[in-house]
Amino acid sequence: MAVLSVSQALNMALREEMGRDDRVFMIGEDIKDSTYGVTRGLWDEFGPKRVIGTPISEIAIAGAVLGAASVGLRPVAEFMYMTFMMCAMDQVVNQAAKSKYMFGGKAVLPIVYRTMAGAGRANAAQHTQSLEAWFAHVPGLKIVMPSTAYDAKGLLKTSIRDDNPVIFIENKVQYATTKDEVPDTDYTVPFGVASVRRTGKDVTIIGLQRMVEIALEAADHLAEEGIEAEVIDPRTIVPLDLDTIIKSVKKTHRVVIVHEAHERVGFGAELVAQIVQHAFDYLDAPPARVANPNVPTPFNRILENLSIPSAAQVAQAVRGLMR
Amino acid sequence: MVTVSPSQHSVASGSGAASPSLDRHGLSDSQLIDMYRTMLRIRRFEERVKELFLEARLYGSVHLYIGEEGVATGACSALREGDVISSTHRGHGHCIAMGLDLAPMMAELMGKATGYNHGKGGSMHIASLDHGMLGANGIVGAGIPISTGAALGFWVTGRPNVALCFFGDGAANEGAFHEGINFAAGLKLPVVFICENNGYAQFQSVQQDTPIPDIATRSISYGIPGVIVEGSDILAMFGAVRTAVDRARAGEGPTLIEAKTYRFEGHFLGDPEPYRTREEVAHARATRDPLKVFSAQLQQLGVATTDDLARIDRQVRDEVERSVEFGEASPEPSEDILLTDIYTGADSHGRTL
Repeated sequence: MAVLSVSQALNMALREEMGRDDRVFMIGEDIKDSTYGVTRGLWDEFGPKRVIGTPISEIAIAGAVLGAASVGLRPVAEFMYMTFMMCAMDQVVNQAAKSKYMFGGKAVLPIVYRTMAGAGRANAAQHTQSLEAWFAHVPGLKIVMPSTAYDAKGLLKTSIRDDNPVIFIENKVQYATTKDEVPDTDYTVPFGVASVRRTGKDVTIIGLQRMVEIALEAADHLAEEGIEAEVIDPRTIVPLDLDTIIKSVKKTHRVVIVHEAHERVGFGAELVAQIVQHAFDYLDAPPARVANPNVPTPFNRILENLSIPSAAQVAQAVRGLMR
Repeated sequence: MVTVSPSQHSVASGSGAASPSLDRHGLSDSQLIDMYRTMLRIRRFEERVKELFLEARLYGSVHLYIGEEGVATGACSALREGDVISSTHRGHGHCIAMGLDLAPMMAELMGKATGYNHGKGGSMHIASLDHGMLGANGIVGAGIPISTGAALGFWVTGRPNVALCFFGDGAANEGAFHEGINFAAGLKLPVVFICENNGYAQFQSVQQDTPIPDIATRSISYGIPGVIVEGSDILAMFGAVRTAVDRARAGEGPTLIEAKTYRFEGHFLGDPEPYRTREEVAHARATRDPLKVFSAQLQQLGVATTDDLARIDRQVRDEVERSVEFGEASPEPSEDILLTDIYTGADSHGRTL
């Protein structure tokens, strides 16, 4: 089995799904030449009617896939950066997310909105936001956040086959640096099934996307101190596999949540609320969050790194719960 | 009808209803009579909706299409099976012109279980994908990228269909207008953009909103034909849209048609209309009523007599009354459906069923 990067795994998923179903097509800015390599080679293979390059027009992209889905296609849109989706929020939030309900259930809208989030490459404040909580707030959308190359392929295939608008978030740093074994077979990863990345009995660490890697790194440090952390990767936050999370917290009695998004009203707040509601009597310490400290991402490398959760911060948060 | 060409930097406004055309564009007598019936179905439906609203027998935000019937009817009469439209918050006329039934429409306006959307959408969100009606829309301009996307779907699959996109003069100042039309023009997608310029974007006049006399002039920016039509002249409307639809279907790309029209009622039911005079409205009702104009055209063409038209009116009034009875007799939706229809194949949390 080949070891592939996340961008190679995503490329494989797109190629397989476009080959499997001719209703699937891709649309976005610069997807022919592919800024980050995810769509590389697909224009040559499938041509200009299946891989459609657009003007810099996020509203047009977001609305066009809704219209195309309404007449029976299965579009995959790419927004180069998640912050660019802010230009298209009406089409995603007011239109795509709500149409099925407003129309009394009649619309079937298989749409994938692929996009890229995360800091760590000196892109400053307008190319780095992790806005999964914004979209998780809106009924009608599903939110997918893979943390490995294997899951990136399997979850993208599930997203393309799903009959709903899906926000598929990719992490900028992980495209090239996160690599693992990816089969070239036709497998999928289901929505709403969390992955326990490491088992442990002393504390549960829940990480979103790249923060799973940070959580695992922290768990290695903590193991040297005799603290056994269980690391959970929800993989999709809508739907959320709450059962796996609650089961783990009932076992470890402590929980730390790690995400790159701002702490205030981040998805961690929802997880804390759910955990307190469902496992209050099992908690030995208040749930803790490690997240961006409510600041726009700075340009300077030193400042940028300070704004992203680190393994040291996660380990420190865990130690704080062990006293 | 006036055509805007890229060499022109300003264009004359429409011909006005003073001289409505008598070109029947090859339409048969029965086709013309059907178009009259459709216009009348819109007019009588909307008049009844107004009465019901004022009697508190239906509720919510209701925007009437009275005065603009010639635009939707003329335009949709140029479509074929499989073609689609996107609509606006003022969408009842577009629905009726696409052949939706009055009874489930009225039921939807009343929020009833038998409505097209089971009471989940109401006036601003009526949709019937089976009729090619992709939805009324509560957001100004939002239908422009959506109908462009439907046309993109036809382009990708080679399906020989066309999308019609209705929007108002207010929408022409939204970013969605520019992005949608520019994208559609670039790929020569089979979509026809119809701007229903009724003179007012909610309460503000188009003269205040828009620094050019004719929105169709903006077609020059996208390298597509721009056409100005008097919306109260249904025959002129049909001719302009059929030309644009034929062009789109032939792979030659979009057209921007500006229908000069006028809404006889306020922006919404209950609008006190401080922004215009009663005289202005009365003048429009006297000179630009599409029903009066078409009635005269049909008689001049020898297609129908006043008795024929009066008989159609009685039939339509009966149909509208039956729709009211249907709506009022229909049950409220079950409380069980509050959390259904959020996702396909999943519960309200998005969990796969």
